Amino acid sequence: MKKIIYEIIKEPLGLIGLTLVSLVILLSFGADLFSPFEPSQINIRDKLQNPSLVHILGTDQLGRDLFSRVLHGGRIALKVALISIFISMIIGIVVGIAASIGKKWLDNFLLFIFDTIRSFPTIMFALAIVTLFGPSLETIIFIVILTQSPIYARIVRTQTLMVINSEYIQAEKVLGINFMRLMVIHIIPNVVGPLFILASMDIPFVIAIEAGLSFLGMGVRPPIPSWGSILNDGYSFIDNSPWPLIAGGLPLIITTIGFTFLGERLRDIIDPKLKKYIN
Amino acid sequence: MLSFIFNKIFIGFLIILASISSLYIMIHMVPGDPIKVLLGPRATIEMQEAISLKLGLNDPLFIQIYNFIKNIFKGDLGNDILTQRPVLTILLEQTPHTIALVTVSIGWAILLGIPIGCYNAIYQNSKSDKISGLFTVSFIAIPPFVVGLYCLLIFAVSLKWLPAIGVGESGNLISKISHLILPSIAVGLGWVGYLARLVRSSMLEVFKDNHVRTARAYGISESKIILYYVLRIAILPTITLLGTGIGILFSSSVFAEIIFSRPGIGKLIYESVINRNYPVVMGAVLVSSTLFVITTTLADIINALLDPRIKNNHNS
Repeated sequence: MKKIIYEIIKEPLGLIGLTLVSLVILLSFGADLFSPFEPSQINIRDKLQNPSLVHILGTDQLGRDLFSRVLHGGRIALKVALISIFISMIIGIVVGIAASIGKKWLDNFLLFIFDTIRSFPTIMFALAIVTLFGPSLETIIFIVILTQSPIYARIVRTQTLMVINSEYIQAEKVLGINFMRLMVIHIIPNVVGPLFILASMDIPFVIAIEAGLSFLGMGVRPPIPSWGSILNDGYSFIDNSPWPLIAGGLPLIITTIGFTFLGERLRDIIDPKLKKYIN
Repeated sequence: MLSFIFNKIFIGFLIILASISSLYIMIHMVPGDPIKVLLGPRATIEMQEAISLKLGLNDPLFIQIYNFIKNIFKGDLGNDILTQRPVLTILLEQTPHTIALVTVSIGWAILLGIPIGCYNAIYQNSKSDKISGLFTVSFIAIPPFVVGLYCLLIFAVSLKWLPAIGVGESGNLISKISHLILPSIAVGLGWVGYLARLVRSSMLEVFKDNHVRTARAYGISESKIILYYVLRIAILPTITLLGTGIGILFSSSVFAEIIFSRPGIGKLIYESVINRNYPVVMGAVLVSSTLFVITTTLADIINALLDPRIKNNHNS
């Protein structure tokens, strides 16, 4: 463990990434401890204030403390990202392995589906789904699973094919290996590494989808605080105060840069060859 | 080669057809009746039924889809439910704005991204390579709508250097350009990162190739090697990226158009989805999926022309 962390922080990319990610995780999951106010507590008299010692990032148009809202918004963002990426990963493993060891027609069919979903602009797809099911946290998670699981499945497929066609598996097959042993001992361990790297690079993308939809008013419903809805408030009151906009954008920039840097560094350490597949 | 091109065009056609049909089905599952929107809350049931008959909404879904596709070939995309204007006219008005935005964004991203990538590949592992590496990755990471909002806040609202909303006066080129700057920064910034990184890594691959070593052994000048022997091959993946990236470009132009209140396909889709304006949604999706298919198909064909191995791979 110590060795891995040392490897990560050896390069500035990893050092910055790990610092930002730890900061974001600590502040978001400790939101109740660190936030000075209740995130949806309205106080019209203190509306649109500039940052001060009481309100570190100022207040929004309803006088809610922006710093507290940002911390609680972080918890929502991470929750959406972790749940949806975890489910996408499971689906990706199952479908990817099915595509690689199944019949040829199944493989072709699944590849066609992956490519069709990938070819659709994510935001248009998301708009259609949101109008279908209505805006909510669950809808966002559903959209992410639908758009991201093909990417995981594709990587699992490539990795599995690579392992299955290698000579030591051929040898194992001659010796009469059973399916469970093949999966558990040979395929899963080879597939999990790249998947985790992909997942850490996917987190910023998923967080951006959540914030983007909430910014359009099609994501998390008020009064639940989300970085996207803070940005939406800031956009509406841009002529009155810059602070809601700054407060909503800053955590998004920090989080996306942090996770991307960390993911890049992890990839460079674990498997430089992967560069081709994950871009 | 010809069969390869035909094959690609045929698949592209299938994708357009599939995306239209699936969207048609999805839109018709959405709760919220367009007829009620059209006639207002006080319309009688008889009035609703008359309109429904006129628009063909009572037919089975697949007949509606068939009629819709048949009408596309006649140039008839139906009428806007709210304003009764032909959808084709609306699309012809809006599409040029989106194309202008996307072209300008990708244009400045290419002009900046490819030289940065080249420079970093040539001076690999230097300080400037590492620092600009951090910047290019950040450009990719930051969501385009955050870039757009911050640009709006800094350059339009606080400093008042550039206009905040709209496309500018018609016929006034300077006003049009000044309205394009901020949105195109929002859409293009991530692409500077993508392009710089891709060009850097593919140039580093080509540097290792035998033909580059041979060229060096012949004593050809380094600048000539880079321009004629390295960059020409290293540019190939960039073309693929530009072709497949049009989807991402559209996604970010939706946000740019909404933030800067620019007319365009993205804003049109967003507004008509909210108003359940089916014919406009269908038309706009038709245009954007057609543009997507055209660019990906072109990228595939250009790649096959530049590198015959791709075509052979496809045939086998």
